[in-house]
Amino acid sequence: MDFDPVVLARLQFAFTIVFHIIFPSFTIGLSAYLATLGAMWLRTGNDRYQHLMHFWTRIFAVSFAMGVVSGIVLSYQFGTNWSRFSVVVGNVVGPLIGYEVLSAFFLEATFLGVLLFGFKRVPPWLYVLSAAIVAIGTAMSAFWILSANSWMQTPAGHQMSGGVAHSADWLAIVFNPSFPYRFAHMLNAAYLTTGFVVFAVGARYLLAGRHMDEGRTMLRMAIGLTAILAPLQLFLGDQHGLNTLHYQPIKVAAMEAHWDGSKPGDFHIFAWPDEVAGVNRFELSIPKAASLVLTHRMNGLFPGLSSVPASDRPPVKVVFFAFRIMLAIGFFMIAAALFGAFLWWRGTLFETRWYLRIMSHCWWIGFVAVISGWVVTESGRQPWLVQGILRTADATSPVPGATIAGTLALFVLAYGVVFWFGIYYINRLIALGPHKVTAEPGAFSPSPIAAAQDAGREAMQR
Amino acid sequence: MEWYLPLIWAALIGTAVFMYVLLDGFDLGIGILFPSTRSESERDQMTRTIAPYWDGNETWLILGGAGLFVAFPRAYAVIMPALYLPVIVMLLALVFRGVAFEFRHVSYSKTGWNFAFNVGSTLAAFAQGVILGGLIQGVAVRDGAFSGGSFDWATPFAFLCGLSLVGGYALLGATWLVLKTEGPVAHRARGQAKVLLLVVLALMAAVSLWTPLSNPRIAERWFSLPNFYFLWPVPLVTALTAYLAWRWLENGREAPPFLASMALFLLGFIGLVISNFPYLVPPSLTIWDTAAAPASQIFMLLGTLLLLPIVLGYVAFIYWLFRGKVREGESYH
Ligand code: HDD
Ligand code: HEM
Ligand code: HEM
Repeated sequence: MDFDPVVLARLQFAFTIVFHIIFPSFTIGLSAYLATLGAMWLRTGNDRYQHLMHFWTRIFAVSFAMGVVSGIVLSYQFGTNWSRFSVVVGNVVGPLIGYEVLSAFFLEATFLGVLLFGFKRVPPWLYVLSAAIVAIGTAMSAFWILSANSWMQTPAGHQMSGGVAHSADWLAIVFNPSFPYRFAHMLNAAYLTTGFVVFAVGARYLLAGRHMDEGRTMLRMAIGLTAILAPLQLFLGDQHGLNTLHYQPIKVAAMEAHWDGSKPGDFHIFAWPDEVAGVNRFELSIPKAASLVLTHRMNGLFPGLSSVPASDRPPVKVVFFAFRIMLAIGFFMIAAALFGAFLWWRGTLFETRWYLRIMSHCWWIGFVAVISGWVVTESGRQPWLVQGILRTADATSPVPGATIAGTLALFVLAYGVVFWFGIYYINRLIALGPHKVTAEPGAFSPSPIAAAQDAGREAMQR
Repeated sequence: MEWYLPLIWAALIGTAVFMYVLLDGFDLGIGILFPSTRSESERDQMTRTIAPYWDGNETWLILGGAGLFVAFPRAYAVIMPALYLPVIVMLLALVFRGVAFEFRHVSYSKTGWNFAFNVGSTLAAFAQGVILGGLIQGVAVRDGAFSGGSFDWATPFAFLCGLSLVGGYALLGATWLVLKTEGPVAHRARGQAKVLLLVVLALMAAVSLWTPLSNPRIAERWFSLPNFYFLWPVPLVTALTAYLAWRWLENGREAPPFLASMALFLLGFIGLVISNFPYLVPPSLTIWDTAAAPASQIFMLLGTLLLLPIVLGYVAFIYWLFRGKVREGESYH
């Protein structure tokens, strides 16, 4: 059989990174939530916060482990599947990743030990501080990895010589043009994602009439957070898009499925982009709305896909639909959070069961939005791996397709098993609830979730 | 001009890899020794000795990989494709053992995850040995890129290296248990450590003889004349260390056997460096051939010199914080 190594390497990378990004989106937000709970516990002395903190720490441990192991795989993929990538841009991207390891990974991984096992060994302030350090560490690793990724989107501060990129100005490399937008948008995305998980868990407890105190606290905290961050995300996304229009106009054209740059752009609520004919089918559009958003004028013009040869266009359908999914979730989040805030203000939040029921099913929406966002960003950059410098097809390793196909199958199998067990265990921890999981706060147990295990046995025997 | 930069970087990466081998070595070793007890509470005791550390330990592996990517991108671009399969096997094995660690605490039946923890640890150690062996025996390179096949690494020598590392990690793990536990676990570990010490010595001897015999370049390095005068103490010190380790195990000492096993690793590592320096990708690419641009090496070096001491500082703090014995059935606190 004949395998195309480029396609397979892309598939393998896309699969492993989509798997990985699920966990950072959650652990970045959750570590910040843990630190917040800890701070509130120290301030108020209220045990409810401490219970909640321990409860979520157990869930954090499971997710963090999956984030770490899937991340290690990624850092080796640069070499295994994209070895030309390290030759051509290693001088520039390498140090960014190196800084990530030194400044962030060690910080998180080391203080995680205190967070998970140190409750009785260290004074409360140091315990809470460790949670904060883990939160800062995760945000810092986002900083560096997004800097590397943004440089691949909008390279700056480098010089090419002999076909290899060399650094000229490190500040310009780290703070390349798309980086501030991408960092803000992604960090906010992680907080939103976690916010909606907490939201859903709180709603689930209230509906079931269990853990009412903790449920109310979670709901209030989640609404307070998301009612601010969800609208903010719309603003950040808009700014991000304007920046992209400036540096990667063809990506924006694909996001909007905008073919003809000599006419103003409509915003397509739905369309089926026909990449062969270069037109959209089944359009349902708001006339000129895309021009209005992107150029702030009804008749403003922006480049269309037809302005470049087909070989220089990204896969339009993928980018277009992924972008719609992210937008739909973004607007839904705004509506849900603001409506929740409204109910809270009216004083009926905890009694409006239909609303709680909807929210209790929304734990996954942030993850889908994050993955869609990355698909937009990464697929929209194609056919380039590093915009204007290195094409994806030129970056692969001298490894035969069959080898990549075999290992890809292994990854799918292995990750499939790990993922479903992970979800299953997290779900079970949530079902057990804060009281069972942290049954005796005094005996905060050695393994992150060993208490849950005993509690779980009990629950099973009943 | 900056001929010394690659040297510094080689030393730094060597240190990172060595730290990884020592630190993750003992916790992989715990996984390798996992089947030696049937008792679930003894297994819990064993995992508790490494629970606060394993995650940080594994970070040294990322530092080694990232360091290679940063400082020697052209070596990275040859080594990874050449050792593609063992690298991926190692990664997948680490995935399973990493999650098994967390999952076995939450599952009703631990059997499956105990198995994953054991097999994952053993396979990861074995794959790392194979990677090492694959490098020592040489990699086919043309025009600065890997030019061999997917299975070039698969030789008896590489498999022997794999076995040696499994044995070595198990030794580290057993002596770690001697240090960190008491009761039946510690008692059994002491016995295991003695057996493993002999096994490791035999394997080390086999690898050390096979390497120069099959590799004229390395034979020349060790046995040509002025060199030999300087180098013969290496095996001697190794034998002495092993003897001391044995004595300490017999005499019921707790920390020294662990230190001695680490010293054995250090000696093996020194031997490797002597055999292969200055090649990063034997037998063709040296550290100077594959170095990144000086500006990149300097930029990263500044950060490393600043941050590495801090990192070492808080890593030491964590080891200090969780010092002391872990008893059976007892919780950490
Ligand atoms: C926005 C954030 C973000 C993004 C885009 C990525 N990661 Fe990640 N990564 C994290 C945020 C993160 C984190 C929050 O720091 C993690 C997640 C869970 C965890 O344990 O740490 C992590 C873990 C993690 C680890 C294990 C670190 C450890 O031991 O703690 C590695 C080696 C990587 N990642 C590497 C990568 C690579 C090579 C990526 C891109 C190709 C990547 N990550 C994308
Ligand atoms: C911040 C880190 C990164 C993230 C979060 C990220 C995310 C993604 C995502 C979500 C996809 C899936 C796109 C799709 O399905 O089409 C993807 C694809 C891809 N990424 Fe990245 N990426 C990152 C960094 C990198 C790096 C450093 C490389 C270079 C080696 C890279 C190369 C690729 C390639 C080749 C594809 C396949 C493209 C395709 O199939 O369309 N990415 N990435
Ligand atoms: C509601 C309005 C939103 C708008 C207008 C918006 C806009 C954008 C744009 C234009 C991009 C592409 C950037 C590029 O590569 O050029 C993007 C990427 C992304 N979006 Fe959104 N977004 C919105 C909501 C969300 C939500 C709710 C989430 C997740 C919770 C999210 C997560 C992401 C992620 C993870 C990326 C990829 C990383 C990046 O490039 O920043 N977005 N978004």
